[in-house]
Amino acid sequence: MIWLRALLLILAFVLPAQAEEIVADMSQARVAITADFDGSEILIFGAIRREAPLPAGPMSVVITVEGPSAPVTVRKKDRVAGIWINTEAVDVDAAPSFYAIATSAPLREAITETEDLRHHVSIPQAIRAVDAATGAENAEDFVDALIRIRASNDLYQLLEEEITVSADTLFDTSISLPSNLTEGTYRTRIFLTRDGDVIDQFETAIDVRKVGLEKFIYNLAHDRPLIYGLFSLFIAIAAGWLASAFFRYIRGA
Amino acid sequence: MNIYLPIAEVSVNAFLLLGLGGMVGVLSGMFGVGGGFLMTPLLFFIGIPPAVAVATEANQIVASSFSGVLAHFRKKTVDFRMGGVLLIGGLIGAALGVQLFNLLKAAGQVDLLVRLCYVVFLGIIGSLMFIESLNAIRKTKAGAPPPKRRQRSWVHALPFKMRFRTSGLYISVIPPLIVGLLVGVLAAIMGVGGGFIMVPAMIYILGMPTKVVVGTSLFQIIFVTAFTTLLHATTNQTVDMMLAVLLLVGGVIGAQIGTQIGTRLKAEQLRILLALIVLAVCGKLASDLLVMPSELYSLGEAGH
Repeated sequence: MIWLRALLLILAFVLPAQAEEIVADMSQARVAITADFDGSEILIFGAIRREAPLPAGPMSVVITVEGPSAPVTVRKKDRVAGIWINTEAVDVDAAPSFYAIATSAPLREAITETEDLRHHVSIPQAIRAVDAATGAENAEDFVDALIRIRASNDLYQLLEEEITVSADTLFDTSISLPSNLTEGTYRTRIFLTRDGDVIDQFETAIDVRKVGLEKFIYNLAHDRPLIYGLFSLFIAIAAGWLASAFFRYIRGA
Repeated sequence: MNIYLPIAEVSVNAFLLLGLGGMVGVLSGMFGVGGGFLMTPLLFFIGIPPAVAVATEANQIVASSFSGVLAHFRKKTVDFRMGGVLLIGGLIGAALGVQLFNLLKAAGQVDLLVRLCYVVFLGIIGSLMFIESLNAIRKTKAGAPPPKRRQRSWVHALPFKMRFRTSGLYISVIPPLIVGLLVGVLAAIMGVGGGFIMVPAMIYILGMPTKVVVGTSLFQIIFVTAFTTLLHATTNQTVDMMLAVLLLVGGVIGAQIGTQIGTRLKAEQLRILLALIVLAVCGKLASDLLVMPSELYSLGEAGH
């Protein structure tokens, strides 16, 4: 009897985490950067599978799409002797090149601060700024500036209440990737929360790659820089000569 | 129609780039300047990363200068000998300038220095040319004969004299070498061909006739910018071929039109126009330094 009670107790603890599960997919798992690439819209959709009756507490879905991270230096201008020059600088260890977060409820209702800290969900949490914290005392301003500048370029997007949830089961949202996208693997995470606590997590990735001419030029520039440089010069000289010959022909005719 | 640039990794309007290239090309053909001093800030403005803008601009200048210089070849307004001497100085200067640039980059204030360089040099050259051309125009209007160039100055007192037949000069090779060197250093730091410094230096320091100056300057710029392009392509991989092609298609056509306009205008008019453009760019850059920017913060790659 004692064994059975213990098992039930464990199940009672474990079940809420297991009772609901995310099943999700995207409209495309690959984004090809072609010469006329002008941004892309990705539809992320899914359902919540339940093996138990609907648990209590408000349910929310949070979706994040995160581009490759790289260190960034944030500089601040100050007026020195009448001119505006860069005076202070803060190094941010790693900031994603792109970050979008969509929620089905206001952010703090959808996920608690504790869970946000644990899973690095919101935009400030996605930026790793360990050095920044130990550096200047107003380092937070620099991180805020980083977010502000990237947000103004649509690189950081906070899409609160942009996920539609129907019948407590189906959810979908669309994330627009801007045209100034960099190559890499874009980590996509879907969180299911109840009362702001993460119950289940689903992870997938969007592969953003240059293709065709874009890929050829990029690879040539990096693998054979001298040939690339000479080729660039050849194009320049040829174009210059062609234009000259063409205009002479027009005037001659 | 937007187009994605593979090296700059941004998407920009193709017609905007063609237009910019064409506009700067006209100036290039008219004045014998590469146009980099205009194009480089314009490229920053439309969102091209600075490193890519500077490197790609060098490549574009090669095209527009080559297109422009062909017209001058036919009119025989290129002083090859003078161009060669200037070029020797220019290449040494460019190599030194790149070293200096890297030193300043490590110090962290290269951006400010580049801007200050622009403001100071554009300001001085612009005002000098403007005043001089204005005086020249006033004198010709008053009916007085155009001022004769000073035949003897310190330039003529130096050794290693050489005859520059096309320019009608018999001067020492030292001043052209130094001019070439200084322009080369500045060109590398400021990321331009250096024509806007070279042209006035040739007129006022070396005393070359204006008609020869343009062709010779273009001739010299081709080689200095080709050298810079190769340097950027091999060390930083920041030359964007797609961007360069778009700019140079507009640029070479513009240069042809510019050369035609240039031959129809009087030398004084040509100079006063160039002076005004130089002063306008200088004013814009100076105001950027003096007026409080709307965004105090800026992002850069780490380690710079």
